[in-house]
This record gives sequence, structure tokens and C-alpha cells, in this order.
Amino acid sequence: MSIVVKDLAFTYSLGSPYEKKAIQNINLTINDGDFLGIVGHTGSGKSTFIQHLNGLIKVQEGEIEVFDIKLTNAKKPKPDLRKLRSNVGMVFQYPEYQLFEDTVYKDVAFGPKNLGLDEEEIAKRVKEAIELVGLDFEAIKERAPFELSGGQKRRVAIAGIIAMKPKVLILDEPTAGLDPNGKEQILTLITHLKKNCSSTIIVISHDIDEITRFATRLIVFNEGRVAFDMPMNELFKHQQELVEMGLDIPLAVKIANDLKAKGVAIQDGVVTVEDLIKEIVRLYNAKHNTKLNLKDINKSGFNFSFRSDEVFE
Amino acid sequence: MSAIELENVYYSYVLSEDNIIKAVRGISLKIEEGSFVAMVGHNGSGKSTIAKLLNGLLVPDYGKVRVFGMDTQDKEHIFDVRKSVGMVFQNPDNQMVASIIEDDIAFGPENLGIEREEIIRRVDWALDKVHMLEHKKGTPFKLSGGQKQRLAIAGIIAMKPKVIVFDESTAMLDPQGRKEVMEVAHELNKEGMTVICITHYMEEALGADRLIVLNDGKIALDGKPKEVFSQYEKIKENKIHVPLATKIAISLDDIGVKVGKDIMEKDELVDKLCQLL
Amino acid sequence: MGSRFAFGQYYPADSLIHKMDPRCKILLTIAYMVAIFLVKSYLGYLVTAILLFSTIAISKVPLRVVLRSIRAVIFLLMFTLIINLLFYKQGTVIASWWKITITWQGIDYAIKMLFRLTMLVMGASMLTFTTTATELTDGLESLLYPLKFIKVPVHDIAIIMSIALRFIPTLVEETQKIMNAQKARGAELDTGNFFKRVKAMLPILIPLFVSAFRRADELADALDARCYNASDKRTKMKVLKFTLKDYLAMFIVALFIAAICVDAYAFGGAYVDTFIYNLIMGA
Repeated sequence: MSIVVKDLAFTYSLGSPYEKKAIQNINLTINDGDFLGIVGHTGSGKSTFIQHLNGLIKVQEGEIEVFDIKLTNAKKPKPDLRKLRSNVGMVFQYPEYQLFEDTVYKDVAFGPKNLGLDEEEIAKRVKEAIELVGLDFEAIKERAPFELSGGQKRRVAIAGIIAMKPKVLILDEPTAGLDPNGKEQILTLITHLKKNCSSTIIVISHDIDEITRFATRLIVFNEGRVAFDMPMNELFKHQQELVEMGLDIPLAVKIANDLKAKGVAIQDGVVTVEDLIKEIVRLYNAKHNTKLNLKDINKSGFNFSFRSDEVFE
Repeated sequence: MSAIELENVYYSYVLSEDNIIKAVRGISLKIEEGSFVAMVGHNGSGKSTIAKLLNGLLVPDYGKVRVFGMDTQDKEHIFDVRKSVGMVFQNPDNQMVASIIEDDIAFGPENLGIEREEIIRRVDWALDKVHMLEHKKGTPFKLSGGQKQRLAIAGIIAMKPKVIVFDESTAMLDPQGRKEVMEVAHELNKEGMTVICITHYMEEALGADRLIVLNDGKIALDGKPKEVFSQYEKIKENKIHVPLATKIAISLDDIGVKVGKDIMEKDELVDKLCQLL
Repeated sequence: MGSRFAFGQYYPADSLIHKMDPRCKILLTIAYMVAIFLVKSYLGYLVTAILLFSTIAISKVPLRVVLRSIRAVIFLLMFTLIINLLFYKQGTVIASWWKITITWQGIDYAIKMLFRLTMLVMGASMLTFTTTATELTDGLESLLYPLKFIKVPVHDIAIIMSIALRFIPTLVEETQKIMNAQKARGAELDTGNFFKRVKAMLPILIPLFVSAFRRADELADALDARCYNASDKRTKMKVLKFTLKDYLAMFIVALFIAAICVDAYAFGGAYVDTFIYNLIMGA
């Protein structure tokens, strides 16, 4: 268990006439190795929630345990924020706007330096982080962040967090404002980071089709509460409720539903595009007595991938 | 008559003597009045530069841009050009000049020297068009991204332009906000306004009459969205993507479920699949 | 969120004060500020306070909100209070230690100064609470109009002010975001000595400036796209007009100021103070 949240509640401008309850009654556990997606429309409380996880918002009510660090509203003992923030890395929306140093190297080194590491360790981590995000260390280290392309800047900013070697990595709308190629690169990067850097990853995104590509568990925030918290393939049984909350349904789920409504015997549990294609091919084979197989799925150059390899006969 | 005409247009950003970015390299293009044109292209393909050439925010290094026959290089007509071609930008926060919504909407008409009673009428009209009339006396600060962007649109249409250009106006919005803005764009187009929509979201290009794909400052593809998206090999060459429904269709087709590679939208795909399954 | 920066923000309400002509409000605020510095006696301060608090009551802006505007300058107020208290040299010494002397007159002066500054800040914020940025700039533009004849770009100045006021909340929000982002990278913003703290501000200030310039760039395009020009052909949707309530307000404030002037000059503004002073010292 990496993070345990108990009865968390937070109110903005507490005690003033502008009081606004942002979140309430939040109880959940984030396990080591979770690939977690958080969805909810603007103002649902999801940002307030994640800012609690690395101490950017002080706990008002309830408690959070992040690894061994306890966060409560008690004045003492003071939580070790430095340790907390090295454990929980947070990539904000448009993270490239936080770059400030005159070279990429110095900017990525800012986090590790704040952790009080020695020069040698810093140098090692900076190199590692820049390479992890897929940039050429030697070519880029002395360049000014401001002269890089939008996608590169964002990766440098992510490297700045990665260099702190967080066990939990939180990304808030990591693909916002990028073009389709830039998006694709960041999504691939996130999967790569899950394997090679932070074993627990939490992604907040508005794009449900994007989130279903990698998350295994989804938490839905609605009006300050956790409306749903379940494995992804179960969530979309609650489609009606999700739509009422103003949330989008993945395209694959919509197509599966439409087919079902028209009498096609699609099995339950289709969430991702891969699920859908697999199911369609299965039905097609059964009906036409053919043996089509999925190996040509990426013939035209897509990068659909299955979570297990057993489907590639 | 075409609303806007580009004739062999070139534009470069000179950052320093040895660092020149050739953003637009020989584009010729006619945009018909009343049409809905989508422009897509990867970052650095020249889309935003073209947007700024359309209303004289930039003038071509070479070639001509004509807006209803007026040359954008002609300083005498610059306000007429900008009055005819309104432009909505990416960041809704950076387009508002006043802290009260109605004052902000009035800013354009005031600059044009329109008389008071007419401005008041236009503010109401424009806010109504973007479904924000009830916010008239309020401030924009607490509004959602989609609402702010609709106000930016109202601020532009209050000048009664004939053409409206959306320069990645949905890039910073959530799905709900994107939907709101695109709905307004289509409503305006139905009433006769020419719409040019520059976007990263391929789904937004689907509803257009015409889709132009840009690459390296040139027009790579130009046609009806269906014609353009069905040329998947060319789409890939130009470093853009196809809508997700098209991706699914192409994949299925490659595997052997022959739904065809020119499917754009969900319902089309569902219909095709029903016949096959 | 942002509540700490109440100063300078419009508070929407439907009141007589909100509906007044901004030019009238600007002129009266200036008159009020001058009056505060004319006042010498506690009676005079009482009069200015009555004027201020009745304005607040009529304006329907909650007192709590107005008081919050003081919070923004509380450090300055305390600083003035202490400096005046400790370093005022003249008068009856109450206590003295090293270079510090506390005198009766020092206390008197410090309290008055504190009172003045508080009234000043509250008065000025009443103007911004009840007047939108647009009205304020329209009012200023109209008042400064004569300067046009000596080639002062009055309209450009007005639009710059309007935009500056419009962007305060946006930039405050942005600062908060950047601070959070750097804190998440382990930056410690509120520890260490003065120089350390200034240095620690760089990771905030640089991105903030970069962003402000980017915003300015985009805003310039947006202004151009909306045909911005400062020519005389420009029209206005809202035309300023003095109405009965404006004349009435001017009359009332004139009465108050007259009273203050009488108090300050006819009686030297001192007799009430001397009275209280004698009362306390005699006891």
C-alpha cells in the first residue's frame, strides 16, 4: 500500500461567507503498482484531491498516509515534506511553464538539488531522467529550455520530476494542448515510465479514450466525492450514471453498445479499442467460419497493443 | 465570389541572420463565402501563421492575400480587413480586455465607431448567439474555459464579420468546452458566416465542407474530409492522425473484416458492422 | 483562493454607490484623501470614519470584505505604527531606552497615522469595490480628457489601466500555480534568511515573467484583431452622466469636508485632544 486516504474533506475559504466544499468523505487506498486514472469534470474536486497527496494543500479533515508519512491537520509533528515530495512526484498541467533555468541540465537538476543530493548523484540522475523521457542528453543538456519545441519542453519538465525518483508519479492532463503526435509520444512515455521509473502512476485526464489505453483502475470524482472506484472493465457498466455526471464514454464502449442495441451478440466488458476489435473479429470468425487473426492489427502503422499476448495466435 | 484569396504566399520568421524559419512556402488558396473550412497539420506546419495572414496580423513577404478583394498589405483597408475577418485565439484568458462581460463584447464595435444604440443591440445579439446572455453583467473570472471561449467568439461576432477564424480555439478546453465552441461555430456557419477552423482534433474537422492538410508550410491535401481521411498513407506522411473511428475501421479492414477504410464516424462504422456480423 | 488579494477587486452589488458616476466617485475619493490629511483631531477622525462607514453601509459591500483590504497592507501599517511609536522624539517622555524613546505625543501621532492610513486604504478600496475597472478607466479618461490637447495619449493610458486591472486575478492565479509546481519540485519558499528567500523566488518570478510576456504578445494580437485604435472615431457603449445622486453625494461630502476644515483651522484641531490628554494625565 503506498497511499491510504481516510475521511478526507476540504473546504475552500473555510469560515468565510465564500465557503466552498471542494471534497468530502474521500476514502481510498492506492496500491503499489496501480496504474490509476482519475476522471471528473472541471470543479469535481479531483485537483484538490491530488494536491493533498504531496502536501501542497494542508489536510483540514481526515488523514492521509503516504508511505510512512502521516498527513493530518495536527500542527505537530510536522510531516517531512521534502521526503514526501521526493516520494510523490507531481507533473502539473502545462508543466513546461515552470521551466526557469538557462539550460536544460540546470532545470532538471533543480529538484534533485532541493533534495540535498550530492553533485555526483545529481549528475547521474539528470542524465538518467533526460534519457528516460527520450531526449538525447549530450545534444540537449546545454540548450536553453525556451528554444525547444513544445513537446520537447514538456518532456524536459517531466524529466525534472523524474529526476527526483518518485515512487508515485501523478500527471495532471499530461497531453493537454499538444498535437496528435506530441500526444502519442507522451502516452508512450507514460507507459515507459511505469516500467522504468515510478511503479505507481496516477493520470488525470479529460480524454476518456486516452485514459482507457493504459489505466487499469479508474476513480471518478463527482461533486467532491468519489462516485466510482473500480477496475476499468467494470466501470462502464455504470454508463448511465457516468453520462448523467456529464462524463464521456470511450468510443469502443459506445460502438459496442450500439451494436448490442442492433442485435449483435457482443460480450460484456468491452472497454478499449483493442477489446472491441478482438470481439468483432471473434464474432466475424464465428459467423463466416473464417480464421482471421489479429496480427495485422497494426499493419497500417497504428500502435494498438494488448495487455496480454495470448491473442496473437 | 471567394471570401479570401491567397496567391503564392510566402512568410518567414527571421529570428537571427542564420536562423530563419520558413513558415509558409508558396500557398495559393481560395476560400468560398459561406463555407466551413478545417485546417489541420502538425505543430510547425504553418497553420497559425496562415491564420494570422488571413486578417493582416501578418502580411506576406511575397505573394498576395486578398480579403473580399482588399489587399491585406494595403494599410488604408486594414480595419476593413479585420472587421471582415474576425479571429478567435487559443487562450480564452488572453483575449479579454474588460472585467465586465458586456464591456468586453462592446470593445470591438466601439473601436469601429459604431453608434451607441447599435452597440447595445449587438452586445445582446452576440451574447445570445453564443448562449451567454444571462452572464451579460457578470465577470468572466469564474466561468469555465468553454464559456470564456464563447465570450471571445461573442466579442468577435459583435463586429459582424463575414468570416470567422478559429486559431486552435479548442486546444485548451475540456471535451464539454470543445463541444460548446464547435456547436457555436456550426450555428454561425448555418447562418451564412464563413468559418475557418484550425485544429488539432481530427473529429472537429469531420463536420467541415472542406479539409486542408498543411505540411512544411505548403498545402499537402485539400478536399472533402472523407476524401482526405481515406488516403491514410498520405495522412501518415503528413504527420497527422485520422479520427479514432477511422483508425478502428482501417485496422479491422487490415485484419480482414472488410468495413472499408473510408469510415469517419461512429454510426457509419456501426452500420457497416451490423451488415457483417 | 485569491481571497488574500481583495484589494483592487470589484464587488458586484446593486447599490446607490455602485450606480454613481465613476468621475464623481474618483473626485470624491481624492477629496476624501486630502481631507484625511487635513484632519488633526480625534473629532475630525470621527467625522471621516462616519463618512466612510456610512458609505460602506450604503454600498452593500460587506464590512468584512472591506476590512480584508487592510489585511493586504497590514505589514505596512504595523511598520508605520512601530516606527512612529519608537522614534518620535518630541514631547513628554514616558519611557526611554537606548535610542528609543516613547513619548505621549509619539503614541498620539502613531495612532493618528495608523488611523489615517487605514482610512486611506479603506477609502481607496471602496472606490475599486464599487466601480468596475471599465468604469474606472472611462472615468479617468474623461477626467484626463483635457490632457489630450497637450498630446498625452489619454485613451491608450486608459486601456492599459483597464487591462492591468483585468489581469490581476489571472496573474494571481498563475502565481499560485507556479508556486505549487516549484514546491512540488522541492523548492522551499518560506524558509531561510531574506537573501535566501529572494533567491528562492527566482523559480517563481522567471516563469511568471515569461508567461506575462507570452500573454502580452497574444493580447496584442487579440487587440489588433478587434480593430483597436485610439482615434476620435471611437464610440462608447456606456456614456457617463452625472445624475441627482452624484450631485447629492458631492454636496454631502462637501459638508463633511467643510466641517473638517472648520475643526482643523478654527479650533486648531487640538482642543478635544487636549481635553482627553488632561483627563487621562490628571487622573
